[in-house]
Amino acid sequence: MIGLSHYLVVSAILFSIGLVGVLRRRNLLMLFFATEVMLNAVNIAFAAISHYYNDLTGQMFAFFVIAIAASEVAVGLGILIVLFKKFGSLNLDDLANMRG
Amino acid sequence: MENLVYIALFAPFASSLFAALFGMSQREVFVGIVASMFIGTAFISSLLLAIHLYTTGDVINITMMDWIHAGDFNVSFGFVVDQVSVTMMTVVTLVSTVVHVYAIGYMDHDKSFNRFFSYLSAFVFSMMILVMSDNFLGLFIGWEGVGVCSWLLIGFWYHKADQTREENPSVSPSWAANEAFIVNRIADLGMLVGIFVLYWNTGTLKYDEVFAQLPYLNNGIIVTATIALFIGAMGKSAQFPFHTWLTDAMEGPTPVSALIHAATMVTAGVFLVIRANPLFHAAPEVSFFIASLGTFVAFYAASMALVERDLKRIIAYSTLSQLGYMFAAAGLGAYWIALFHLAAHAFFKALLFLGGGNVMHAMHDELDIFKMGGMKKEMRGTWIYMTLASVALAGLPPLAGFWSKDAIIETAFNEHTYFLWIMLVVTAGMTAFYSFRQVFMTFHGEDRHTPLGFHPHEMYKFVLIAMSPLAVLATITGWYMKEYEDFITELLPHYEMSEHTHHLASWLGLVVLFFAISGIVWAYLKYARIGRHAWKRDKEKEQGFFYKLLKNQYYVPKFYEEFITKPYAMVSAVFWEKVDLKIVDATVDNIAKAFYKSGDATRGMQTGNLSNYLNWMAVGGVLLLVIAAISAMFV
Amino acid sequence: MYEMIAFYLFSALTIGLFIVTVMSKNVLYAMTSLAAGMVLISGFFFILGADFLGVVQLIVYVGAVMALYSFAMMFFDATRDIKEKNTSSALVFLLGGMSALVLVLMFAAPMHSDAITALYPMHKGVGNAQDVGIVLFTKYLVPFEVAAVMLLVAMIAGIILAGKKMDKSLTKDTAVDDEILVVKDKK
Repeated sequence: MIGLSHYLVVSAILFSIGLVGVLRRRNLLMLFFATEVMLNAVNIAFAAISHYYNDLTGQMFAFFVIAIAASEVAVGLGILIVLFKKFGSLNLDDLANMRG
Repeated sequence: MENLVYIALFAPFASSLFAALFGMSQREVFVGIVASMFIGTAFISSLLLAIHLYTTGDVINITMMDWIHAGDFNVSFGFVVDQVSVTMMTVVTLVSTVVHVYAIGYMDHDKSFNRFFSYLSAFVFSMMILVMSDNFLGLFIGWEGVGVCSWLLIGFWYHKADQTREENPSVSPSWAANEAFIVNRIADLGMLVGIFVLYWNTGTLKYDEVFAQLPYLNNGIIVTATIALFIGAMGKSAQFPFHTWLTDAMEGPTPVSALIHAATMVTAGVFLVIRANPLFHAAPEVSFFIASLGTFVAFYAASMALVERDLKRIIAYSTLSQLGYMFAAAGLGAYWIALFHLAAHAFFKALLFLGGGNVMHAMHDELDIFKMGGMKKEMRGTWIYMTLASVALAGLPPLAGFWSKDAIIETAFNEHTYFLWIMLVVTAGMTAFYSFRQVFMTFHGEDRHTPLGFHPHEMYKFVLIAMSPLAVLATITGWYMKEYEDFITELLPHYEMSEHTHHLASWLGLVVLFFAISGIVWAYLKYARIGRHAWKRDKEKEQGFFYKLLKNQYYVPKFYEEFITKPYAMVSAVFWEKVDLKIVDATVDNIAKAFYKSGDATRGMQTGNLSNYLNWMAVGGVLLLVIAAISAMFV
Repeated sequence: MYEMIAFYLFSALTIGLFIVTVMSKNVLYAMTSLAAGMVLISGFFFILGADFLGVVQLIVYVGAVMALYSFAMMFFDATRDIKEKNTSSALVFLLGGMSALVLVLMFAAPMHSDAITALYPMHKGVGNAQDVGIVLFTKYLVPFEVAAVMLLVAMIAGIILAGKKMDKSLTKDTAVDDEILVVKDKK
């Protein structure tokens, strides 16, 4: 029988995959993809907890996470476009101009 | 009535704030006038309160607000207007009013005129808190407040340069101010200890409540508390061995000397003993010590005054001596006589000081009486005032000093402490001698100042008029001793002379009088004559052992300097170099350096590359997760 | 039984797809696998009975967000492989592995759930959409409205940011175009 822990473990694994992406990639677009992965992983956890505790709150949170992800993509892509216009690249190594 | 209490208390405060507004600006005469009016208002309120109390006998208790409220510890900001405090209030505000008006004339040419009034009024406010408070903590606040104001005012001419002790025994105003402040701090520690002891053992700080618990306290505690409180009183009232600051405090402007170092602040110690009379009454050993010390200081200070050449210092010594008288009375249980002498002394001593100030003003800050003489023709008004005040101080009837001082001496006889009695009688003779020595040297005898190029002039008229209330009071206060006794003994214990003393009273009075008059006559013969018998400096005598001993104040200041100040400075230097620099400062520096170095070391993290930052963030996040997991394991 | 099969199938597929997303050098592959993974995640939601959430996931994520990504990719060169100096894999897999391990350990641990009570319980016999609607428009009305305003702001921001200099090509070197024009003019 599938329990809450199963879902949470899947969620954790997906989250870690997203984290690996965030750490590994230098391309901003790929960083955005990795972020989406992490957000979706969290949504699974919310939905699973909502189901197993018979509580709608988890689903509500998942809705708001989706809303935030949508606006993040809208603004983030706008910024990416501006950055690309300015630097001609989305690689973080090329964008590093604030060396301390 | 309650409003009057608040007016009496806060009018000086308002005055101080008002004058402070103009503290940094040019001399403005109206500041002095407004300040004087505020203080005058306080005086009128105090007088109305006194009349109210005299006619109805109602003691006014006011709790203005809850002040400190911590656990079981409760102190309210409360005031009491009873016979003792109303006496002090009236005396303080009266002398203050006169001194404020006087200062308008005296500080005429000073560029810090406005600042002076701010300080002076602040002093009056602190003094009012001191005398009106209904608990020991309020008393202590006022006590410290007057200390601070005294410091500010002694060091008022802080810009004067230091001199060596040979040129000027009190070095400089700022030095004298610091000395006064530090000596008082030392003594105040005693006072604080006393207050703590009382609080620990009674759980309250209110006078009434503390005194109500006295019967349940053990004797050792009472003795400890009284000794500790009296150490505080010794500092404020400049009793031996804390006496050196008072004469040095004469560096301050003369109105300050008159108000603070003669009439009011220095009597705070006596006030404390009177205020806490049930406490001191319960510790007869301590009380006897107080009486003995008072007598000793009376004699000791008078002896130094005999050879002093500085006009203000002579008066300062006489203040010291008279404070000794007050403590003698208080220590012998005659609290109301001590308070009466306090009031009378405030009037004639303030008058004497203000007269001295006139002379100083006329002589352009020259205070050496050897350089004066024959000034009565130029300064008739001042001469009259100072003679009057000196007669009062010397204790000749019918002036105030006679009644109060005679009562103290009689008390000493009545208590069968004949040694104290003899000392006090002899001191009375010395008092008469030195006070008239100073009057004769200044106003009579050969004219020594004209050859030196001094052309003294009389003080402003309004100043002389302002001094008149003091002159009148110095004269008549003694006549109302009986009435005052009836008034004050509603609160303070009666003091009855025994049948035996009563029988001898007039004889005792005559003995005192004999000493006083012979002192005056001797001073007259020695200093006041002109021509062939005129006084001349006797260089040979000035080299004598006793003369030098007295002149150098029994070498006490030198002793303090050699055995306390200098070793303390040496120890401080060692601590500064060894402890402060090497340990304390080094610790602080190293903390700063550690931060600086760690910042330097971690600067490499700031690559400007977002990816690196994300990596660091992930490291932090994983670390937090690990910590959360580990801590969850132990829950 | 079917639930179990579905769960393991979806799990394996999403994990595989997302790994492709994270590792792929080609943006198109990455995006495609991300979209596929999201479709499968909506499958999780359906299994869990959150029908409405599943539908929203499909519409918003797979529909809107992925469409947005694919449009944005038109600005960039999508066909070329991404050349990047990836962070040293030892560090990445240490951190990723650590977090995965710790999280899995934490979630796999038995839960003390006695104290947890439902704040807004689901009702039997009522559809999920209805339940969600009631709670969303009563208890979560204010956050909902705030989210709406946020989306509006994001939309405006996206338009403004992306809308500047829309007439210029980003992928081609504009200087080359100018040269061509100049050559044309000379002719």
